[in-house]
Amino acid sequence: MTQAVERFTPLPAAAPRFDPKWVMIGVPVALVAWLALVPLVFLVWQSFLTPQTAALAAQYTLENFRTAYLSSDNIRLFANSLQFAVGAAVLSLVIGTGLAWMNERTNTPLKTLFFALAIIPLVIPGILFTVAWIMLGSPKIGLINLALQRLFDTDAVFVNVYTMAGMIWVDGLHYSPMAFLLMTATFRSMDPALEEQAAMSGASVAAVARRITLPLAWPAALGALLILFVRAIESFEVPALLGLPVGIHVYTSSIYQAIHQYPSQIGLAAAYAVTLLLTTSLGIYAQTRLSSQGARFSTITGKGFRPRTIDLGGWRYLTATIFMLYFLVIVLLPFLVLVWSSLQKFYSAPSWAALSRVSLDSYRAVLDHPQFANTVWNSVVLAIGSASTVMLISAVIAWIVVRTRVPGRWMLDNLASLPLVFPGLVLGLAIMVCYLYLDIGVYGTLWIIFIAYVTRFLPYGMRYNSASMLQIHKELEESAAMSGASWSMTFGRVVLPLLKPGLLAGFIYVMIVSIRELSSSILLYSPGTEVVSIMIWELWQNGQYVELSALGVMLILALFLLVVLAQLAGRRFGIAET
Amino acid sequence: MLSVRSLFTEYANEGGGAVKAVQNVSFEVPEGKLFTLLGPSGCGKTTTLRSIAGLEKPTAGEIEADGRLVYSSEKGIFVAPNRRNFGMVFQSYAIWPHMNVFQNAAFPLEVRKLRKKDIRERVMRVLHAVALEDLADRDATKLSGGQQQRLALARALVMEPQLLLLDEPLSNLDAKLRDRMRSELKRLQRDLNLTTVYVTHDQTEALALSHEIAVMNEGRVVQIGTPRQIYEQPSDRFVADFVGSTNFIGGTVTALGDGCCVVSSAMGEIKAHASEGVDKNAKVVVSVRPEDVELSETQPMASDVDTVCKGTIQAKDFLGDYLDFHVKVGDVVLLAKAHPSLRTPTGDSIYVRMKADKCVAISSQ
Ligand SMILES: Nc1ncnc2c1ncn2[C@@H]1O[C@H](COP(=O)(O)OP(=O)(O)O)[C@@H](O)[C@H]1O
Ligand SMILES: [Mg+2]
Repeated sequence: MTQAVERFTPLPAAAPRFDPKWVMIGVPVALVAWLALVPLVFLVWQSFLTPQTAALAAQYTLENFRTAYLSSDNIRLFANSLQFAVGAAVLSLVIGTGLAWMNERTNTPLKTLFFALAIIPLVIPGILFTVAWIMLGSPKIGLINLALQRLFDTDAVFVNVYTMAGMIWVDGLHYSPMAFLLMTATFRSMDPALEEQAAMSGASVAAVARRITLPLAWPAALGALLILFVRAIESFEVPALLGLPVGIHVYTSSIYQAIHQYPSQIGLAAAYAVTLLLTTSLGIYAQTRLSSQGARFSTITGKGFRPRTIDLGGWRYLTATIFMLYFLVIVLLPFLVLVWSSLQKFYSAPSWAALSRVSLDSYRAVLDHPQFANTVWNSVVLAIGSASTVMLISAVIAWIVVRTRVPGRWMLDNLASLPLVFPGLVLGLAIMVCYLYLDIGVYGTLWIIFIAYVTRFLPYGMRYNSASMLQIHKELEESAAMSGASWSMTFGRVVLPLLKPGLLAGFIYVMIVSIRELSSSILLYSPGTEVVSIMIWELWQNGQYVELSALGVMLILALFLLVVLAQLAGRRFGIAET
Repeated sequence: MLSVRSLFTEYANEGGGAVKAVQNVSFEVPEGKLFTLLGPSGCGKTTTLRSIAGLEKPTAGEIEADGRLVYSSEKGIFVAPNRRNFGMVFQSYAIWPHMNVFQNAAFPLEVRKLRKKDIRERVMRVLHAVALEDLADRDATKLSGGQQQRLALARALVMEPQLLLLDEPLSNLDAKLRDRMRSELKRLQRDLNLTTVYVTHDQTEALALSHEIAVMNEGRVVQIGTPRQIYEQPSDRFVADFVGSTNFIGGTVTALGDGCCVVSSAMGEIKAHASEGVDKNAKVVVSVRPEDVELSETQPMASDVDTVCKGTIQAKDFLGDYLDFHVKVGDVVLLAKAHPSLRTPTGDSIYVRMKADKCVAISSQ
């Protein structure tokens, strides 16, 4: 029998045999190194070059950094960026913390709605949220202004989103659900006994929150603030749509402008981008340090222990009202204003007259748009392609990092997470420069956008895969090896099937974020390779607001469907939340 | 059959240093025998077993199975675990949750590319052997602990391994089931004549199952012997203490004969079996098991190889099928295990007899 043969013919163990394991490991490693590092190198290199024109070849120069740092505008730019990012981060954190506390620690009604909030930034892309808030809060056409003006019978401007405060409001509001999730996690990891002890000592609800809960949550809140800060300084849609028209510049919008001048100032954009990259790196580094320190002092106790919630008595109607107001400004108003405008032939404020002109013409116009079919196809192909590539590469990398003792695997982990520090626009710029010089035929095709998405979303794939990898007991793999399975057989028949729930959830998540991606696609698309978010951008530039709204409504519904699918898949395959 | 020679295995710790998990471990397991690695948690048993399996790469030594070198630091040989053909049962059982019972057990044969029909036949045979044939189609996640353990065993056996490696296979079961599975495991091993290396920290398990036992401590083997030798003639204080409970009586050797000696101690002179390395005038401890401390109300018969003395009962604990007596003899308190029929009240005096071959003098230097 086969065993008997094997038993008596010792295998030449030291003989050099070809092991597919090294190909399967080597290829993703090389790929990640390429994706994460090469564009970075090109970006930095480009920042030291003069603009290339037909007449003049590029030369080395420090002029870009001189302009970026020493011009008088620079102080303004820096101050604006900082003000915007800090403002938006603080606003998100304040809202998010309040909501998280209400949800985790009090008996506020309507609690089931809270977690629906978590998906808002996912299903309403930044550009649509911003456009919706322009329709609500612009000084001329904003519905809030119109309504208040009619109410008080004046023509004073009540709110104006085209200001720094307006920018902070829109961006901070949009990402407050992210703060909510971060702070919810924090509250859950705190030992409820600490708060109950304070209550037993006679402290009131407010005193417990102020003296115990918040101080304990403080380190985690600081970490959340850093995450939100990095996210806000990367934000492109709000500064571009609200800041640029009135001359409020931040780094992202300045990068965009530098590229879109003639001749385009790629070197200057790269110098801004390097600055932005340093800022985000610093923020993420500080956040990592903070959270690894926090872990030492954290008061995590037995899991699954929900604390008794505080009875707010009559006050709970106040908290419920606050929550409903919040729901109104973050979901209902933006969505409804888009729906309303999508039902018009040209944009107008709600009125009886306008109501009689309601039609579906704009939807028809979008569907008949010559670009529409191609654009949707591009988005779908890119979403599926990048989601599967990301999940597969990151599965192998997560396996190497979590399971093997390959020396230098921590470097691989960091390499795969490196794209986290790239703001979308900066990544787009880096990739653009890279493949402009490396002429391998991807520039101007869908491939370049594909490369950008894979790079940008690799860290998300890593997160999903390492989390589920850590849950797979290593003996499950070892017993396959003891059963005689080779590495590739073990990976295919044991590791991948066990990763399936995480893979699926990650796949859908990456699909969603690819579909709504704007900031890196915007520097990479060319005629014929537009994606849906780019089409929205172009409709905005052309002033076709009703068509934009129709497309936006359809996009939101499609994304919502995907999220629901993800949750169903999650339940079916036994994962808690995406 | 299996021979492990001067095995060293290390782990890298966080600081960049090395944890010497296994140091200079050597032993032989003859064909068809069950060999046990016994020791407290963290002593390196699992590491030794995983080194044999090929799941850890040792730093030095040699491992040979059935005349085939699977590891040799000198000759630069390291056979990958999937080419060793050793069956292994992990402590966690490692049942694949995405496969059913049959698929779990069939996996080793599938990777060997056997024909479907042969696979079916052999899997059903092995499932029958572990009494799981009725559950072949059940989801692996819906098995009880005992069933998982048997499935893990079936999966290891189905490939007809040269060598069976078991890492604490009973430790995840509750006490009743543990006893039953222990005897089943023993029967299966004896019936199939499987060469087996068994890892446990439970001395009862080791004593009941093994042909031979190696007691390990801090990465080293301290004694190898049959269960009886390990229990009755522990070579050092650690073994005596770890394998069963025992009395230690400190003293000095006053006379040394052929394998036996006389020890003067705080409870008087004790005639004892001299273990290796015991010299005249050496400081020793005498180890005597509680069940070998015989108590009687009347003066017992004493041959010249017995130690007999008189003591006082300090305390006694009723434990159901036996009694623990704490008897004070001289300055020493002895623990004695006695039949419940002995009803002498606390405070009374009582006679103590210890046979010389049950008292082991162990060098304490
Ligand atoms: N993967 C590992 N990395 C570092 N040290 C380890 C690892 N596995 C085991 N050790 C250390 O090696 C020693 C022996 O462990 P082990 O063989 O698991 O002991 P046992 O199975 O006898 O309880 C212990 O000190 C343990 O902490
Ligand atoms: Mg162990």
